[in-house]
Amino acid sequence: MKQTHPALQSPIYELEDILAVNDLYYQRGWTDGLPILPPTADLVRACLDAAGLAPNDVIGVESVRQRPITAEKVAINAVMAGCLPSYMPVVVAILKAMCQEEFNLHGSTASTGGSAQFIVVNGPIRQVIGLNATHNVLGNSNRANGSIGRAIRLILINILGCIPGQLDRATLGHPGKFTFCIAEDEEDSPWIPLAQERGVPHGTSAVTVMAGESPHQTMNEWTRDPEEIVETFAAAMRHNMLTYSIWAGNYALIIPKQLRELIAAAGWQKKDIREYVYRSARVVRRDWTTVGKQQIVNMGKGVDQKFTALHSPDDLLVIAAGGPAGGFGAIIPPWLGSRARAVTQIIETP
Amino acid sequence: MTLRVLDPTFDGQQATQETVSRLGSLSGRTVGLLDNGKLNVDTLLNHMEELFRAQHGVSRVIRLNKPDASRPAPDDVIANMADCDAVISAAGD
Repeated sequence: MKQTHPALQSPIYELEDILAVNDLYYQRGWTDGLPILPPTADLVRACLDAAGLAPNDVIGVESVRQRPITAEKVAINAVMAGCLPSYMPVVVAILKAMCQEEFNLHGSTASTGGSAQFIVVNGPIRQVIGLNATHNVLGNSNRANGSIGRAIRLILINILGCIPGQLDRATLGHPGKFTFCIAEDEEDSPWIPLAQERGVPHGTSAVTVMAGESPHQTMNEWTRDPEEIVETFAAAMRHNMLTYSIWAGNYALIIPKQLRELIAAAGWQKKDIREYVYRSARVVRRDWTTVGKQQIVNMGKGVDQKFTALHSPDDLLVIAAGGPAGGFGAIIPPWLGSRARAVTQIIETP
Repeated sequence: MTLRVLDPTFDGQQATQETVSRLGSLSGRTVGLLDNGKLNVDTLLNHMEELFRAQHGVSRVIRLNKPDASRPAPDDVIANMADCDAVISAAGD
């Protein structure tokens, strides 16, 4: 069935070439510092059609400033970021997740804490659009990973006004603010995919989004004992509790194939990892003496006050991803404990 | 080749808010002091309350608290602000 096209409403600029487009968009502060693809009406309409959206459809509303995120503006920014039309349903699902109350979109994007939206894609759409889940998964990889995460950043800048020094008050930020989108390596994992653990039916594509700090890489190639392997991740989390933020919330663990195989060979499922980390990732107030925070050791409930990294084992997002060789994993800490929660959202395709 | 490209920014279909006119004087007024719950904001606001009372003739100070610095003030806190002639929202850290 041929779709009809309601008119696009955005102002149009007529420019001589792609360099002139980039000059204008740089001057106006409409990019992340990298060049953009010119958002022409044809490309924008292709994105809207791919997601079955009309230009004035509201994807969500940022609740604090009551600012609606319309499909037309989302599509314009997605084109600028380099998205193909087939990526658009993923971008839309990410935004729907971010507009859920528990995500705390305004707080997490305005904060001095400087988080980025860490995105995990599950389900068949990963292979349809070619999302990377293996080599260099947290680094540069391909068009889908790069442009989907980048589209979210441009949308935050251009639609919600998250401009550094204006609404975005991040002291440092981190490189994930350019793009921070991965797929889970479901085909090469012994475990249940993240989205299914969070209630999404098998065979349905979904995104899980959390306000994440920068990844902290770990390495343990010195054991086959699952407890020792997982303990290295828990230790990184304890370190984060002491040096960054003590508050419990969603942490993500990225576990590469080499470590997955060893952990699974011992019979451990993701549930066992979560339960181990829940018990192990704990500190007491006096531990702050070891990291230069003596001033707060006698506050609160005293030196023996206990803190957990997770409110419950379910706070831990365990993700199978990374290249085939190497005992390198990562923890991704939450922005500010449970002030922002990870949200899973089904990806709807027309 | 000429390119016709679209504006990516929000175009203002948002609820608008009007600002009220400034108070000429604080004398005899009620001032609300909203604490965002972060460290040291109480110290700052205690000092401001003293200054308002001693130097500006403020007759009443209403102290308000946000339970969560990263979210908007709850409705009941906003409702309490209605009794104030002016409110200072303070961000401690």
